Amino acid sequence: MAACEPTRTYLRCVSANRPLLSFVSVIRSDFANARPNTDLMTHNIDVSLINCIIFRGEPSAVIPRIAGPSFMTGKTLMHTQPAHTEVEPRCSAEALAEREQAFQAKIDADIKIEPKDWMPQAYRQSLVRQISQHAHSEIVGMLPEGNWLTRAPSLRRKLILLAKVQDEAGHGLYLYSAAETLGASREALIEALHAGQAKYSSIFNYPTLTWADVGAIGWLVDGAALINQIPLCRCSYGPYARAMRRICKEESFHQRQGYEIMLTLCRGTAAQKRMAQDALNRWWWPSLMMFGPPDAESSHTQQSMRWKIKRHTNDALRQKFIDQSVSQADYLGLTPPDPELKWNEQTGHYDFGTIDWSEFWRVLKGEGPCNRERIEARRRAYDEGRWVREAALVFGAKQTRRAPGTD
Amino acid sequence: MNQHQALYEYLLRLGDNALILGQRLTEWIGHAPALEEELGSANVALDLIGQARGWLAYAGTVEGAGRDEDTLALQRDILDFRNVLLVEQPNGHYGDTIARQYLFDAFHYPLLEALHGSSDQHIAAIAAKSCKEAGYHRRRSAEWMIRLGDGTTESHTKLQRSVDTLWPYTGELFTTDEIDRALQSSGVAADLTAVQQAWDEEVARTLKTATLQRPAAGWMQSGGKQGRHSEQLGYILAEMQFLPRAYPDAHW
Ligand SMILES: [Fe+2]
Ligand SMILES: [Fe+2]
Repeated sequence: MAACEPTRTYLRCVSANRPLLSFVSVIRSDFANARPNTDLMTHNIDVSLINCIIFRGEPSAVIPRIAGPSFMTGKTLMHTQPAHTEVEPRCSAEALAEREQAFQAKIDADIKIEPKDWMPQAYRQSLVRQISQHAHSEIVGMLPEGNWLTRAPSLRRKLILLAKVQDEAGHGLYLYSAAETLGASREALIEALHAGQAKYSSIFNYPTLTWADVGAIGWLVDGAALINQIPLCRCSYGPYARAMRRICKEESFHQRQGYEIMLTLCRGTAAQKRMAQDALNRWWWPSLMMFGPPDAESSHTQQSMRWKIKRHTNDALRQKFIDQSVSQADYLGLTPPDPELKWNEQTGHYDFGTIDWSEFWRVLKGEGPCNRERIEARRRAYDEGRWVREAALVFGAKQTRRAPGTD
Repeated sequence: MNQHQALYEYLLRLGDNALILGQRLTEWIGHAPALEEELGSANVALDLIGQARGWLAYAGTVEGAGRDEDTLALQRDILDFRNVLLVEQPNGHYGDTIARQYLFDAFHYPLLEALHGSSDQHIAAIAAKSCKEAGYHRRRSAEWMIRLGDGTTESHTKLQRSVDTLWPYTGELFTTDEIDRALQSSGVAADLTAVQQAWDEEVARTLKTATLQRPAAGWMQSGGKQGRHSEQLGYILAEMQFLPRAYPDAHW
């Protein structure tokens, strides 16, 4: 399996004395010469490679689905559950209880659940919901920063931002693939998003008004995402845990580049510093909301923790983020917009002001500054791209017919 | 025009082509027809903008006026841009973007291959790295030409129209002027006749496989290489150069 695992290549400027600090996944260059098949649509990434990432370590698991760009392969899409769940035998309540016990025992023993294993329907649903929300967030999350791609202030910044936004697309791809191992299809999940039936992280419903917002997003939003996601690397579901390990590595680069943008601004002109402070003012509270509602109001926390889909509570993670970010803001010479922020000797944490949860619920409901725009942009891209995907599908089918030795 | 000036101009042509096409591709990010195409377009844009940095940094050195690649990219006005008109054409639909990309890639690859043998060592080095990338670009865009050309009736019709619309911008790729001539005799610049021949063969082959018609020979647009652009470029620059122009004393 090692042969098909993409490794990261660090992009360096041809001319430069200034190496990019970047983290570009030029996946392509690593296996351009050893491309496993010609079904690829781009020269950079291949379905089977994604499968290698998601399924790594379990060559015996035969996955009865095509994960990835099924529209390229000329094969029909399956909107069904994997075979092993379709044929799940009807069993007595007793037998079911026994299975559930065995399942929970496995989880308690920290044994990973794999796609071919039996799992309770609610566990499967819970994971599909969480993984697909996460995938949608990666994709919608490309938009606010993508907004500055054409206006990045230097070529180096443009390359770094472009690579970052590209990473997010890659994350989306890994995560949709992980969701597909549970029987969901990427197309169906995307259509649910466009129909307003699926959620994504509300943070992406806020606008990016200045270049400093790109810095603030990297620093705070990717930073918060990282804190949320590190525990998921140990999630009980194998494919999700493995996808998260990859993703977290990249998110920490994202956070660093964001912080570096902020640092440059804060050491720059008065206008730049103003931009930086303004961005912090706008992104601070929404970032705190990224950890979800307080534990008392969080509907999924307890069961998710028992299943080890989740390992820490929303409030614990939020506190960790605040503690870390306050000192980072300090170093920048910026002030978070919370007059009640204060170090508490006794708890060893920062005390903070009241979060306006009514804003959180409002934005979640669709009443944020950019909800409409974001979904509309995604829907338009999908609709306007339909003829392209169809053409690829039809061409793929023609190729299959033309190929000698096939029916 | 002396060799030195000619070299500077020549490097701007190489750098501006890569820069403007890369800039155009970044407009797609977040809006591509499929996730895989987000990744693919971003890769090509990363390569091209990376190449532009190389060419423009060298141009700045040759010019010797203290301008680096960012100053040249982000603080030069339209009259001094030297890219061909083809790369500044709007993205249009995905077929328009693919056709523009392919017609350029089919030129870019043999050009860089030729420059790999340039007598100027800097040019040869940048070309060596870029050439490999351009090979991937050409392969990718050719595959898409074939997919869309030989896909559905709709995609075929759309792509044929894209090719027809962009065709008049391909002549300029091969026009030779005093800058090329000044540098060709010393083996610095590429021989565009040979590049054109490679382009002709490549494009004919792909169009045929894609079941597309090669547009009839006719009048060709030109001027970009000499700094006479279409109206498109002004808008590209207005957006791309906004921050350094709005905050001239800032570092980013
Ligand atoms: Fe991400
Ligand atoms: Fe990220």
